[in-house]
Amino acid sequence: MKILQPTLPVGPVRVIDSLDFKPKSTGMIPRGLTLAAVLIILAMLAIIMGNIFIGGVGTISWEFLTHPPEQGMKAGGIFPAIFGTVALVILMVIAVIPVGVFTAIYLHEYTNPKSRVTRLIRVAINNLAGVPSIVFGLFGLGFFIGFVGGGLDAVFFPDDGPVWGQPAIIWAALTLALLTLPVVIVSTEEALRTIPTELKEASYALGGTKLQTIWRIIIPQGLPGILTGSILAISRGAGEVAPIMFTGAAYYLPYLPAKLNDQFMELGYHIYVMATQSPDVEATKPILYGTVLVLLALTFALNSVAILIRSRVRKKRANV
Amino acid sequence: MRQLKFKPKSRIREFVGEKLISVNAYAALIVTLLIFIFVFKEAIPIFTDSIIQEEAAPDKMVFKQQFYEGREAKWSWQPTSDVPKYSLMPLFIGTLKAAIIAMLFAVPLGVGAAIYSSEFAPKRLREIIKPAIEMLAAIPSVVLGFFALMILATFLQNVLGLTFRLNALNAGIALGLAVIPIVFTIAEDAMTSVPRALRDAATALGANTWQVSLTTVLPAAIPGIAAGIVLGFGRAVGETMIVLMASGNAAIVSASFLDSVRTFSATIAAELAEVVFGGTHYTVLFFIGSLLFVFTFLINLTGDFFLVRLKEKMQGRTT
Repeated sequence: MKILQPTLPVGPVRVIDSLDFKPKSTGMIPRGLTLAAVLIILAMLAIIMGNIFIGGVGTISWEFLTHPPEQGMKAGGIFPAIFGTVALVILMVIAVIPVGVFTAIYLHEYTNPKSRVTRLIRVAINNLAGVPSIVFGLFGLGFFIGFVGGGLDAVFFPDDGPVWGQPAIIWAALTLALLTLPVVIVSTEEALRTIPTELKEASYALGGTKLQTIWRIIIPQGLPGILTGSILAISRGAGEVAPIMFTGAAYYLPYLPAKLNDQFMELGYHIYVMATQSPDVEATKPILYGTVLVLLALTFALNSVAILIRSRVRKKRANV
Repeated sequence: MRQLKFKPKSRIREFVGEKLISVNAYAALIVTLLIFIFVFKEAIPIFTDSIIQEEAAPDKMVFKQQFYEGREAKWSWQPTSDVPKYSLMPLFIGTLKAAIIAMLFAVPLGVGAAIYSSEFAPKRLREIIKPAIEMLAAIPSVVLGFFALMILATFLQNVLGLTFRLNALNAGIALGLAVIPIVFTIAEDAMTSVPRALRDAATALGANTWQVSLTTVLPAAIPGIAAGIVLGFGRAVGETMIVLMASGNAAIVSASFLDSVRTFSATIAAELAEVVFGGTHYTVLFFIGSLLFVFTFLINLTGDFFLVRLKEKMQGRTT
């Protein structure tokens, strides 16, 4: 008979002697200390949200959401910033979803998980997720604006001023797409892992090719995960300021972006500018709080939807 | 399931499809390499260009320099003064100060909350704690920066009677808010992944709930907690908007946590817009970016190392 090897963790677990435990200790101290940590975190979250809500709710009105800033941002609304943010994340999603989803499918369906290339791609993605956002900003400036944009200008518009080799919404969107790529890949992969193998096997048994199986089984089945990833990417992208500071965001523009090489206003950058560069902080305060509230509400709404989809999918899977 | 209608196999389509999919995967790989190449490329003149080296050679950025005749040698970051000074030391100290405060603040809270959530919390409470901390993670850093700048700074100044409103302490606490979710999530995952059998064994030996947690689960989950702390530190060093808004941005060399600080990341954010393309200042900022890149790369490797250790431990090694 084969002797079963113990599969318990070896090493760090000390031998526990029953005499170590005093039967009467109730563990009030560790319980109380860790509960205090939870309460402090929750209290801080409540303070942040409460302050922003109370400070900003009075400013929110239809006019605020639909009008441009006036009098050096002391009056008027934030419509151009909302418009710019939405345009920015739409462009970003168009760029990041195909690359992210196909990368996840490639990693999960095509490659041997132990192969060197797969491991290399995984290390690269993990690393991408940890790169500080300001470094993405540097890259956007050096690569997209300097190299790609400057290159386009040199080839197609040698006589004009910079056409593509300048800060623009397309470069900011592509920079953000890189930043959010790991979010989409990880979320899609998680979804792919939960697809029952039987479904795939059934497809192959019916004569489906690999591509057909991916197109008609894997992508539809993984859709909630892809959706979750996209929403989380949008939420992340809408809140990042450092990568777009040099790649396309502007303090103030009298017009809305209409072309891919236009600059744009953005909610997060608008907050940064109003909070740090305003000559009269007190006068801009109501608008500032209102803008923060809009950005926060947008991010939380997006995240709540993502969490909802994810938990629904998990429940559905658990019930099957 | 609706009936699948497969057309006869087309080899070309399969081939093209696979290639299209794999191209995307390689794109992800190439882009990471490109980031590496482009950020480093712009920093290289520091080592090769003699004109740039006159102002910003590596040794000049590290050691104290005598900038004016008869004055004391010192570390100074003043890239736009008549005599440009590119010492990285004030920035290094500033980054470290803000990150240390952030970690002192975030690690006890994050790990403590993780222990409570995974070990003590009733199920219903746990279902409030986890989404709440996910919400904290979802707050954009510019909003945390705004909070630190407008509210936290005033509060700290009033309570502690501070001279400078914006300082390392203020920035560090706000940074800590961004680090807490990272530490919490990874530590909590590590503790919940400790095998049931291990808990049962400790219980069988007479330990009660908290004794199981502290003597068995916690030691077993140590690599996961370490990974959370390491990755949280990476975030604290790389985070930009919070420190840019909350730290005061004065490049001071001092030991006091109540002085204003200027970090590496905030320096790039504040100065890149005004530099001459390809000039010394531009090159130095990309050099700082390269340092951040290398640093976070090492941090990620370390974090991964701990997580692999955790996985090994949890799955058990048969020796």
